[in-house]
Amino acid sequence: MLYREAGDFKSSYAEDSQTFPIRLDRRAYVALVAVALVVVPFVVNDYWVNAVLLPLLIYAIAALGLNILTGYCGQVSLGTGGFMAVGAYSCYKLMTAFPDINIAVLVILSGLITAAVGMLFGLPSLRIKGFYLAVATLAAQFFLVWLFNRVPWFYNYSASGQISAPERTLMGFRITGPETQAWATYLFTLAFVFASAWICRNLTRGAIGRRWMAIRDMDIAAEIIGVDPLRAKLSAFGVSSFFIGVSGALFFAVYLGAVEVGEAFGIDKSFLVLFMVIIGGLGSILGSFLGAAFMVLLPVLLKNLLVGGLGWPTDLAAHLELMIVGGLIVFFLIVEPHGLAQLWRITKEKLRIWPFPH
Amino acid sequence: MKKIIAALAVTVGLATPAFAELTFPSLSYRTGPYAANGIPFADGYADYFTLVNERDGGIGGETINMIECETGYNTEKGVECYESTKGEGALLYQPLSTGITYQLIPRVSADGIPMHTLGYGRTSASNGKVFKWIFNYPATYWDGASVAIKYLLDENGGDLSGKKIGLVYHNSAYGKEPIRTLTELSAKHGFELLELPVDAPGQEQRSTWVQVRQQKPDYILMWGWGVMNQVAVQEAVNIRFPMENFIGIWWSGSENDVKPAGPRADGYKALNFHAAGADFAIYDDLEQYVFSTGKAAGAGDQQGTVLYNRGLYAAMIAVEAAKKAQEIHGTAAITPAQMRDGLEQLEMTDEKMTELGLDGFGPTFAASCENHGGSGKAAINQWNAETGTWEVLTDYIQSDQELIQRLVEEDSLAYAEENDIELRCQ
Repeated sequence: MLYREAGDFKSSYAEDSQTFPIRLDRRAYVALVAVALVVVPFVVNDYWVNAVLLPLLIYAIAALGLNILTGYCGQVSLGTGGFMAVGAYSCYKLMTAFPDINIAVLVILSGLITAAVGMLFGLPSLRIKGFYLAVATLAAQFFLVWLFNRVPWFYNYSASGQISAPERTLMGFRITGPETQAWATYLFTLAFVFASAWICRNLTRGAIGRRWMAIRDMDIAAEIIGVDPLRAKLSAFGVSSFFIGVSGALFFAVYLGAVEVGEAFGIDKSFLVLFMVIIGGLGSILGSFLGAAFMVLLPVLLKNLLVGGLGWPTDLAAHLELMIVGGLIVFFLIVEPHGLAQLWRITKEKLRIWPFPH
Repeated sequence: MKKIIAALAVTVGLATPAFAELTFPSLSYRTGPYAANGIPFADGYADYFTLVNERDGGIGGETINMIECETGYNTEKGVECYESTKGEGALLYQPLSTGITYQLIPRVSADGIPMHTLGYGRTSASNGKVFKWIFNYPATYWDGASVAIKYLLDENGGDLSGKKIGLVYHNSAYGKEPIRTLTELSAKHGFELLELPVDAPGQEQRSTWVQVRQQKPDYILMWGWGVMNQVAVQEAVNIRFPMENFIGIWWSGSENDVKPAGPRADGYKALNFHAAGADFAIYDDLEQYVFSTGKAAGAGDQQGTVLYNRGLYAAMIAVEAAKKAQEIHGTAAITPAQMRDGLEQLEMTDEKMTELGLDGFGPTFAASCENHGGSGKAAINQWNAETGTWEVLTDYIQSDQELIQRLVEEDSLAYAEENDIELRCQ
C-alpha cells in the first residue's frame, strides 16, 4: 500500500533503466545520501568516526571489490588481505616518495597498482577454477604478506617493520596523520565509497558486467556466445583489485595510521571480507554494504551492550560476542542462503502487495 | 618558598571535597592467542588499583576508576578501545601490545594523553626530547638485548668472538625491535647473529627449530609472546637444545611459557626487570583488602606469577606518577597533561619501594625531560622446574648505555624529522 510502483510511469529509456526505478526507493536513497553528506559530518565525534564509520565504509569498499570478482564473475578469491596490503604499502611508498601530491590522487594510484598486481595473480584463473583457484589466490595472500615483511624497502627500512602514515592534506584539510578532524576523514572516505558504489553499479549492469555474469553462470556457454574469457576474467580481477587496493590504502592511511602487514592484512582479513560478501549477498551492491555493516557493527554493538550496558566482564563479553556473531551467521545463512540482500529483495516483494497478499 | 606554596596547595587540594575520579583505562586481552599472558597482567593491574582504592581511599583522596576494554591484541579493537575510553578523561594508557603502541603514539601525542609502555613499545620513545607523551621505563627492548649479550660475555670470560647466537623472534614490530641493537653488538663483539623469524601467532615453529639443529647456534635469544613462547620452549626441549643457553626477553619469561614443557624446561633463562613470587609485604595488604574480600579481578588464581607482578608494577608506577603529579600541581583531580608531568618527574628509589611493600622489587630509576626510558637495568632469572619458581641468577645488569643512547638518538631524530617534531628540553 505504501510501497508500490503503480502510478510511477516512465516515459523514456533512461528513466526505465535507472538504478532505483521505484519512486520510494529513489527518495530513500537521496535522503540517505543527504543525511550521510550533510547531517552526519556535523554530529560525528572521534569515537563514531574512528571506531564505527571508517571501518564500516572502508570494509564496504573491500566488499564491493570482492563482490565484483566472486559475486559477479564467479572467481573465488582468498587473497583479499594480500591485495589490501598491496594498496596500503603502495600508498605508504607513494606518500613518502611524493609528499606534495594530494592524498586522493595517491589513494587512486595505489588502487591502480593493486589492480596490476591483482591481474598478475588473476592469470592462473584462465586455467583453473573453483577450489583450485581459491588455493592459487591463497598463495597470493601468503606471498604478498611474506614479501612486505621480508623486503625492508617496502617499509623504508624502519627498525620495527611498521609503516606509519605521515600527515597529508587535501585542499588544506588534514586527512591522514594524528591531528585530523573527524568530519574530514569521514567525508573523504565517504566520497570514495560513493564513487566506488556508483562505478560498481554501472559496471555491473553494462556490457562488461554481463560478460562477467556470463562467465560466472557457465564459462563454456559464455565463450560460445562470444565472451572472451581472458578479457572478462582479467578485467574482473583488475577492477576488483582496484577497489580492494583503494580500501587497503584507506585502511592504512586514514583509519589506522600505522599497520603491520601480518597483523592487519593476514589471512583472517581475507576471510572476513569473504564472509561479508557471502552474508551480504553475492552479486549485489547493496549486499556488500549490508555484509560490511553486519560484520563491523554487530561486534561493536554487542560489546557496548554487554560491557557498557550490562556491565559484564570484558572477557565474558568477548567470548559471547564470538558466539552470537557466529550463531547469527549460521542463522542468516540457513534462513536465507543468498544473503541479506536477498532478504531485503523478498521483503520488498512482500511490501508491494501488502496488505493484500495473494 | 615555592615548596611551601606547593605544600599549601596540596593541603587545600585535599581539603576540598573531590567529585571527579581518576580514570585509568586498562586495554587488556583476556581472549585470543595471547590471553594466557594477557590475563595475569590485567588481573595484577586491576588488583593494585582495587587495593589503592580500598586501603588508601584512592590517590590523594580521589578514587580510581579503571575502565577495562578488551583488545584481543588486535590493533583495530585497540583503536576502538582507545576512542571509547579517551572521552572518559583517561589519564594514562598502557596497551600491553607493541602493535597498538605504534598506533597510539601519534594519537595520544595529538590528544595530549600520556602513554606508558612498561618494557615494550617503541624503544626510541625513551628519548623524551622527541616523544613528549610516551614513557617506556624502567627498561627497553634494546636494553634487554644488550643485557643478554653482556651476560653472555660474562659467561664466556668477556669474549664472544666466533660464537653463533640465534634470535628466535615474533615476526612483528615487537620481535624485530632488538635486531638493530643485536646487529651492532655482533659487529662490536664479533659474534654471528642468526635471525629466526616466527610468524604470528607462533604455533607452527617446526622449520625454525630444524634450522636451529642445522646451524647449531651456541646461544638462542627469544623475543616471543603468547603461545609462541610455549611452543618454542617445547621445541627446544624436543631437539635437546641445552636450556641454560636459551634466554628469553622479559615477555618470554612467565610460568605459562615453561610449565607446558614439563621438567625438561628446567634451566631456561629469561630477563626480568622486576621480581617474581609473592614474597613481598604488599601481598599481605592485597590479601587483607582485595583477595579475602572477594574483590580480586578475574579468576583470582594468578597471584605471585611473573606477569601478575608485572601488572602490579605497571599500576604501581601509574599510581606513583599520579601522586607525583598531584604533588607538583597541588590538585588531587589531575588532568592528563598534569599526569604527564608526574610521569616525567617520577623517581623510584629503594626507600619508596620499601615503603610501598615492594622491597627490592624493581630497579631504581629517575625519569627526566630527556630520559623517558629509565635506567635500562635487567636481571637474569632461571626457571627451576622442580620447585616451579623463577630463581634470580644475577643482580640488575646495566645495559650498554653508550651504544643504546646512540641508536635511540638516531632512530628518534629520524622520527622527529619525518613528523616535523620540535625537540624539547633544549
